[in-house]
Amino acid sequence: MPIVKPKPKPAPEVLPGVRHPLEKYLRTERLPHIWCSGCGLGIALSSFLYALEELEIDPDSVAVVSGIGCAGRFAGYVRLDSYHTTHGRAIPFATGLKLAKPDLNVVVFSGDGDLFAIGGNHFIHAARRNVDITVLCVNNFNYGMTGGQVGPTTPIEGRTTTTPYGNFEHPFNLVYLAASAGATYVARWTTLHARRLKESIKEALQHPGFNFIEIISPCPTNFGRRNRLGDALDEMRYYAEKAMIRHGVDPAEAEVVPGKEFIVGKFLEVRKPTYYELYRRKVEELFGRDA
Amino acid sequence: MKKVMTGHKAVAEAMRQIEPDVVAVYPITPQSEIAEYYAQYVADGIVRTELVPVESEHSAMSACVGAAAAGARVITATASQGLALMVEILYIAASMRLPIVMALANRALSGPINIHCDHSDAYLARDSGAVQIFAESAQEAYDYMLMAQRIAEHKNVRLPVIVNLDGFTLTHSSQVVETLSDEVVKGFVGDYEPFYPLLDVDNPTVWGPFAMPDYYFELKRAQQAGMEAVPEVFLGVQGEYSKLSGRNYKGFFEAYKLDDAERVIVVMGSTAGTAKVVVNELREKGERVGLLKVWLWRPFPRKEIADALAGKKAVAIMDRAISFGNMGALYLDITSAFAGREGPVFVNYIYGLGGRDVPAEHIVQVFEGLKDAEPGELRYIGLRE
Repeated sequence: MPIVKPKPKPAPEVLPGVRHPLEKYLRTERLPHIWCSGCGLGIALSSFLYALEELEIDPDSVAVVSGIGCAGRFAGYVRLDSYHTTHGRAIPFATGLKLAKPDLNVVVFSGDGDLFAIGGNHFIHAARRNVDITVLCVNNFNYGMTGGQVGPTTPIEGRTTTTPYGNFEHPFNLVYLAASAGATYVARWTTLHARRLKESIKEALQHPGFNFIEIISPCPTNFGRRNRLGDALDEMRYYAEKAMIRHGVDPAEAEVVPGKEFIVGKFLEVRKPTYYELYRRKVEELFGRDA
Repeated sequence: MKKVMTGHKAVAEAMRQIEPDVVAVYPITPQSEIAEYYAQYVADGIVRTELVPVESEHSAMSACVGAAAAGARVITATASQGLALMVEILYIAASMRLPIVMALANRALSGPINIHCDHSDAYLARDSGAVQIFAESAQEAYDYMLMAQRIAEHKNVRLPVIVNLDGFTLTHSSQVVETLSDEVVKGFVGDYEPFYPLLDVDNPTVWGPFAMPDYYFELKRAQQAGMEAVPEVFLGVQGEYSKLSGRNYKGFFEAYKLDDAERVIVVMGSTAGTAKVVVNELREKGERVGLLKVWLWRPFPRKEIADALAGKKAVAIMDRAISFGNMGALYLDITSAFAGREGPVFVNYIYGLGGRDVPAEHIVQVFEGLKDAEPGELRYIGLRE
């Protein structure tokens, strides 16, 4: 059998002679990416990478962990230390990483299905412990990668391949869940709000504690199509029309309901001891030494 | 009726005709379409099944166990990591003697992550106490889904049954499948009579309590008795189904041009189809080659397979997964069946891991390789080294 070695590919040119401005953060040999046209994952990724660039964070000090699903591809596309975990396990992996290398800026970049269905238990416990990581959740309201099945954020009456006549289960309000589980920084944006999202990611990256940002994103191929939301541009128009920027709103009051106005902004930013700080304090107290 | 359908559809069609009370599933490639087809049947009101789109496979199997203990007829489907997540509860299902039927769209286990076919998921559940059957085609997947129901629910068995079908190769490709009428299937499958259902409120029962060193061992022995009851039930169900369907299911394996064969391949799943083509071609050239395709893998029909292979010159046992640190599990099964008995030269071929294609040339090479085989050799086919 012939040996087929992957050929290193040069970065694709955006326009003749034009390089991708974020090239240094991307594994360009892995591009073009697999995301559908109109998907919001690209905006989420570039907002994150611009945040890194503007903060002048040393790429060696950042690690990206993702789970399974469309958003699971983040880990493979970034030229950073990254890990693609099994379904749902990004947060426990990130917790281990953070404990082993407390100076590392650990970012979990994954989707709603991965973080809140199969991995939901890990989310609430990492938030409860206030593990010092940043969780970026791209919420497209369904399992996009496997073909658009109902998930934990699918709204009531949402059409998916497993709820062809409408979902009847209550969805999560992710920001409320995060806040009530103990997260110390909680925000929500859509992929329309690319710059605000970037600023929010910058805040989160600098904020010690469990940081959570929900990024509402179009999924024109699956959720958008089945729910007749139009193309990605229509969804962006929808965000422009319905997303109300408010800060400091009680997350319990911030449900996302189709067809209705919804709140984006920063819900919460508080400081409380992180898991590692508490751990160090206990070791100091018991043994009189640094952890 | 003959129709062209994918393996997914064939399984979903069998499920529709069985119409279980509960289906609990979680999406995973290459299984997801089974759940999608079934969700459509539920939504259209074609079946009265309660479909529970749970939050993980661990929850799927847990919901199945709960529903089955309550007295429901239950089916689920998964693949790879999904099965890995289910395995904890699959052991519980087997030990609680719950006849849960599962379609397993075989896919390689991580890592590295891979979505294509091999049998490492089925091998992971080898010792779980579930009965395991391998299908060669979408037709066999349909047929065995129906037969699995009867085998699982037989009073002497009452164990989970896994019907394996190769991911993508069978799940995503379209084949001609002959289905039975709904009426015939309903009659064949019959009504389910659960044992000690939790919903029998007049006779309250406790499920899942402790069994310490005083009883655990006896319960495991009883579970083994359930497995020991499978072969007879399997043959009986096959016989009945063959009459209904006109298809010839007879025995724990299919012997293809095996009687006078000198060199033999033993394999499970869709690769048997490729092997049959090669056997035919080599037979035309006068080579005495044959195939043994395993249908029933757990419980393993030790004696019958050993009898069928005794007297052969050389046998290639093909495993689509490695038992790391040892040989392939099917190889170990068959060679151990020859304990204290004269047997042919056995060679173990590991093939097709992570969906590596298995073209006819590879099967030709395996038959060719049997001409100079050293007993007990571990070989790899289709591997770059």
